[in-house]
Amino acid sequence: MLNINRESNGTDLTIILEGRLDTNTSPELDTELKSVLADVKTLTFDMANLAYISSAGLRVLLSAQKVMNKQGSMTIKNVAPDVMEIFEVTGFSDILTIE
Amino acid sequence: MKEITIEAKVDNLDRVLSFVDEQLESAGCSIGIQTQIDIAVEEVFVNIAQYAYDPNVGPATISVETSSNPLKVKLTFMDKGMPYNPLAKDDPDVTQSADERPIGGLGIYMVKNIMDDVEYEYKDGQNIFTIAKNIE
Repeated sequence: MLNINRESNGTDLTIILEGRLDTNTSPELDTELKSVLADVKTLTFDMANLAYISSAGLRVLLSAQKVMNKQGSMTIKNVAPDVMEIFEVTGFSDILTIE
Repeated sequence: MKEITIEAKVDNLDRVLSFVDEQLESAGCSIGIQTQIDIAVEEVFVNIAQYAYDPNVGPATISVETSSNPLKVKLTFMDKGMPYNPLAKDDPDVTQSADERPIGGLGIYMVKNIMDDVEYEYKDGQNIFTIAKNIE
Protein backbone atom coordinates (compact mmCIF):
# COMPACT_ATOMS: atom_id res chain seq x y z
CA MET A 1 0.00 0.00 0.00
CA LEU A 2 1.26 3.47 -0.90
CA ASN A 3 -0.46 6.84 -0.52
CA ILE A 4 0.92 9.72 -2.50
CA ASN A 5 -0.12 13.26 -1.56
CA ARG A 6 1.03 16.42 -3.28
CA GLU A 7 1.44 19.96 -2.00
CA SER A 8 2.32 22.43 -4.68
CA ASN A 9 3.28 26.09 -4.49
CA GLY A 10 4.35 27.62 -7.81
CA THR A 11 7.43 25.68 -8.90
CA ASP A 12 7.83 24.04 -5.46
CA LEU A 13 6.39 20.58 -5.08
CA THR A 14 6.26 18.43 -1.95
CA ILE A 15 5.35 14.78 -2.30
CA ILE A 16 4.22 13.10 0.89
CA LEU A 17 4.68 9.35 0.84
CA GLU A 18 2.89 7.02 3.21
CA GLY A 19 3.20 3.23 3.33
CA ARG A 20 5.54 1.10 1.25
CA LEU A 21 7.62 1.81 -1.82
CA ASP A 22 8.04 -1.69 -3.23
CA THR A 23 7.86 -3.58 -6.53
CA ASN A 24 4.08 -3.31 -6.65
CA THR A 25 3.68 0.32 -5.55
CA SER A 26 6.74 2.04 -7.06
CA PRO A 27 5.25 2.22 -10.58
CA GLU A 28 2.47 4.44 -9.13
CA LEU A 29 5.04 6.96 -7.92
CA ASP A 30 6.97 6.74 -11.19
CA THR A 31 3.82 7.51 -13.20
CA GLU A 32 2.87 10.34 -10.83
CA LEU A 33 6.33 11.93 -11.09
CA LYS A 34 6.38 11.70 -14.88
CA SER A 35 3.11 13.61 -15.04
CA VAL A 36 3.96 16.40 -12.55
CA LEU A 37 7.71 17.10 -12.66
CA ALA A 38 7.89 19.14 -15.89
CA ASP A 39 7.84 22.65 -14.36
CA VAL A 40 9.10 21.82 -10.88
CA LYS A 41 12.27 23.55 -9.66
CA THR A 42 12.26 22.46 -6.02
CA LEU A 43 11.12 18.93 -5.28
CA THR A 44 10.77 17.67 -1.71
CA PHE A 45 9.81 14.18 -0.55
CA ASP A 46 8.36 13.89 2.93
CA MET A 47 9.01 10.31 4.05
CA ALA A 48 7.88 10.56 7.68
CA ASN A 49 5.33 7.78 7.12
CA LEU A 50 7.23 5.68 4.62
CA ALA A 51 8.09 2.44 6.40
CA TYR A 52 9.71 0.40 3.65
CA ILE A 53 11.74 0.83 0.48
CA SER A 54 13.11 -1.83 -1.86
CA SER A 55 15.32 -1.48 -4.94
CA ALA A 56 12.20 -0.75 -7.02
CA GLY A 57 11.62 2.37 -4.92
CA LEU A 58 15.29 3.35 -5.14
CA ARG A 59 15.08 3.19 -8.93
CA VAL A 60 12.24 5.73 -8.95
CA LEU A 61 14.09 8.05 -6.57
CA LEU A 62 17.27 7.86 -8.66
CA SER A 63 15.31 8.68 -11.83
CA ALA A 64 13.76 11.67 -10.06
CA GLN A 65 17.18 12.80 -8.82
CA LYS A 66 18.58 12.63 -12.36
CA VAL A 67 15.69 14.76 -13.67
CA MET A 68 15.98 17.31 -10.85
CA ASN A 69 19.77 17.61 -11.30
CA LYS A 70 18.95 19.10 -14.72
CA GLN A 71 16.11 21.39 -13.71
CA GLY A 72 16.42 22.31 -10.03
CA SER A 73 16.91 20.51 -6.72
CA MET A 74 15.53 17.55 -4.80
CA THR A 75 15.43 17.10 -1.03
CA ILE A 76 14.23 14.24 1.14
CA LYS A 77 13.08 14.88 4.66
CA ASN A 78 11.87 12.96 7.72
CA VAL A 79 13.41 9.63 6.72
CA ALA A 80 12.53 6.75 9.08
CA PRO A 81 15.42 4.65 10.48
CA ASP A 82 14.64 1.46 8.46
CA VAL A 83 14.56 3.44 5.23
CA MET A 84 17.69 5.39 6.20
CA GLU A 85 19.56 2.14 6.68
CA ILE A 86 18.76 1.14 3.09
CA PHE A 87 19.91 4.57 1.84
CA GLU A 88 23.21 4.03 3.67
CA VAL A 89 23.80 0.47 2.45
CA THR A 90 23.25 1.50 -1.17
CA GLY A 91 25.22 4.74 -1.07
CA PHE A 92 21.99 6.67 -1.67
CA SER A 93 22.69 8.67 1.48
CA ASP A 94 25.58 10.26 -0.47
CA ILE A 95 23.70 11.06 -3.67
CA LEU A 96 20.42 12.24 -2.17
CA THR A 97 20.05 15.44 -0.18
CA ILE A 98 18.58 14.22 3.09
CA GLU A 99 17.44 16.64 5.77
CA MET B 1 10.57 -25.66 8.81
CA LYS B 2 7.65 -24.16 6.89
CA GLU B 3 7.40 -23.78 3.16
CA ILE B 4 5.16 -22.34 0.50
CA THR B 5 5.02 -23.17 -3.21
CA ILE B 6 3.54 -20.43 -5.28
CA GLU B 7 3.43 -19.19 -8.87
CA ALA B 8 6.46 -16.98 -9.32
CA LYS B 9 4.79 -13.74 -10.34
CA VAL B 10 5.08 -10.25 -8.95
CA ASP B 11 1.37 -10.23 -8.04
CA ASN B 12 2.16 -12.91 -5.44
CA LEU B 13 4.79 -10.82 -3.65
CA ASP B 14 2.42 -9.80 -0.84
CA ARG B 15 1.45 -13.43 -0.21
CA VAL B 16 5.10 -14.43 -0.01
CA LEU B 17 5.88 -11.58 2.41
CA SER B 18 2.89 -12.45 4.62
CA PHE B 19 4.07 -16.06 4.77
CA VAL B 20 7.63 -15.04 5.65
CA ASP B 21 6.50 -12.43 8.22
CA GLU B 22 4.32 -15.00 9.99
CA GLN B 23 7.34 -17.28 10.42
CA LEU B 24 9.61 -14.43 11.52
CA GLU B 25 7.06 -13.20 14.01
CA SER B 26 6.63 -16.60 15.61
CA ALA B 27 10.43 -16.86 15.82
CA GLY B 28 10.43 -13.65 17.87
CA CYS B 29 12.07 -11.47 15.23
CA SER B 30 11.92 -7.70 15.84
CA ILE B 31 9.94 -5.50 13.43
CA GLY B 32 13.13 -3.74 12.31
CA ILE B 33 14.86 -6.97 11.29
CA GLN B 34 11.60 -8.26 9.76
CA THR B 35 11.52 -5.22 7.52
CA GLN B 36 15.10 -5.82 6.41
CA ILE B 37 14.46 -9.48 5.69
CA ASP B 38 11.28 -8.54 3.79
CA ILE B 39 13.35 -6.32 1.52
CA ALA B 40 15.77 -9.19 0.83
CA VAL B 41 12.87 -11.58 0.18
CA GLU B 42 11.26 -9.09 -2.20
CA GLU B 43 14.48 -8.71 -4.20
CA VAL B 44 15.02 -12.46 -4.55
CA PHE B 45 11.37 -13.37 -5.27
CA VAL B 46 10.90 -10.55 -7.80
CA ASN B 47 14.08 -11.66 -9.58
CA ILE B 48 12.65 -15.17 -9.91
CA ALA B 49 9.25 -13.80 -10.98
CA GLN B 50 10.76 -11.59 -13.66
CA TYR B 51 13.49 -13.77 -15.09
CA ALA B 52 13.43 -17.46 -14.12
CA TYR B 53 10.69 -18.63 -16.49
CA ASP B 54 10.56 -15.64 -18.82
CA PRO B 55 8.39 -15.39 -20.93
CA ASN B 56 6.37 -18.08 -19.13
CA VAL B 57 5.37 -18.47 -15.49
CA GLY B 58 6.39 -21.31 -13.18
CA PRO B 59 6.49 -22.22 -9.51
CA ALA B 60 8.83 -21.10 -6.75
CA THR B 61 9.18 -22.76 -3.37
CA ILE B 62 10.22 -20.67 -0.40
CA SER B 63 11.11 -22.28 2.91
CA VAL B 64 11.80 -20.61 6.24
CA GLU B 65 13.83 -22.37 8.90
CA THR B 66 14.82 -21.00 12.27
CA SER B 67 17.55 -22.29 14.55
CA SER B 68 18.64 -21.20 18.00
CA ASN B 69 21.90 -20.30 19.77
CA PRO B 70 22.27 -17.85 18.20
CA LEU B 71 18.74 -17.27 16.89
CA LYS B 72 19.05 -17.48 13.15
CA VAL B 73 16.66 -17.59 10.21
CA LYS B 74 17.42 -19.31 6.92
CA LEU B 75 15.29 -18.80 3.82
CA THR B 76 15.62 -21.00 0.75
CA PHE B 77 14.23 -20.07 -2.67
CA MET B 78 13.89 -22.82 -5.25
CA ASP B 79 12.77 -22.58 -8.85
CA LYS B 80 13.03 -24.80 -11.92
CA GLY B 81 13.69 -21.94 -14.33
CA MET B 82 16.77 -21.04 -16.31
CA PRO B 83 20.01 -21.59 -14.40
CA TYR B 84 21.00 -18.19 -13.05
CA ASN B 85 23.52 -17.32 -10.39
CA PRO B 86 22.66 -13.85 -9.08
CA LEU B 87 25.93 -13.81 -7.13
CA ALA B 88 28.03 -14.03 -10.30
CA LYS B 89 27.40 -10.37 -11.07
CA ASP B 90 29.87 -7.73 -9.87
CA ASP B 91 28.67 -5.41 -7.12
CA PRO B 92 27.52 -2.00 -8.32
CA ASP B 93 29.76 1.01 -7.65
CA VAL B 94 27.87 2.66 -4.81
CA THR B 95 30.24 5.65 -4.72
CA GLN B 96 29.11 7.02 -8.10
CA SER B 97 27.15 10.27 -8.33
CA ALA B 98 23.45 10.29 -9.25
CA ASP B 99 24.24 11.28 -12.83
CA GLU B 100 26.84 8.53 -13.26
CA ARG B 101 24.76 5.77 -11.75
CA PRO B 102 22.77 3.39 -13.90
CA ILE B 103 19.14 2.87 -12.87
CA GLY B 104 18.86 -0.53 -11.18
CA GLY B 105 21.29 -3.29 -10.32
CA LEU B 106 21.02 -2.77 -6.57
CA GLY B 107 18.69 -5.60 -5.58
CA ILE B 108 21.15 -8.44 -5.00
CA TYR B 109 23.68 -6.02 -3.52
CA MET B 110 21.07 -5.09 -0.91
CA VAL B 111 20.38 -8.77 -0.21
CA LYS B 112 24.10 -9.39 0.38
CA ASN B 113 24.30 -6.44 2.75
CA ILE B 114 21.16 -7.22 4.71
CA MET B 115 21.80 -10.94 5.16
CA ASP B 116 24.77 -12.60 6.89
CA ASP B 117 25.07 -15.58 4.52
CA VAL B 118 24.06 -15.79 0.88
CA GLU B 119 24.58 -18.93 -1.20
CA TYR B 120 23.60 -20.16 -4.62
CA GLU B 121 23.69 -23.60 -6.18
CA TYR B 122 22.16 -25.27 -9.20
CA LYS B 123 21.17 -28.80 -8.41
CA ASP B 124 18.79 -31.36 -9.94
CA GLY B 125 17.46 -28.81 -12.41
CA GLN B 126 16.77 -26.23 -9.73
CA ASN B 127 18.12 -22.85 -8.80
CA ILE B 128 18.60 -22.94 -5.04
CA PHE B 129 19.28 -19.59 -3.41
CA THR B 130 19.76 -19.53 0.35
CA ILE B 131 19.90 -16.44 2.53
CA ALA B 132 20.42 -16.46 6.29
CA LYS B 133 20.61 -13.91 9.07
CA ASN B 134 21.19 -13.83 12.80
CA ILE B 135 18.09 -12.26 14.27
CA GLU B 136 19.09 -11.83 17.90
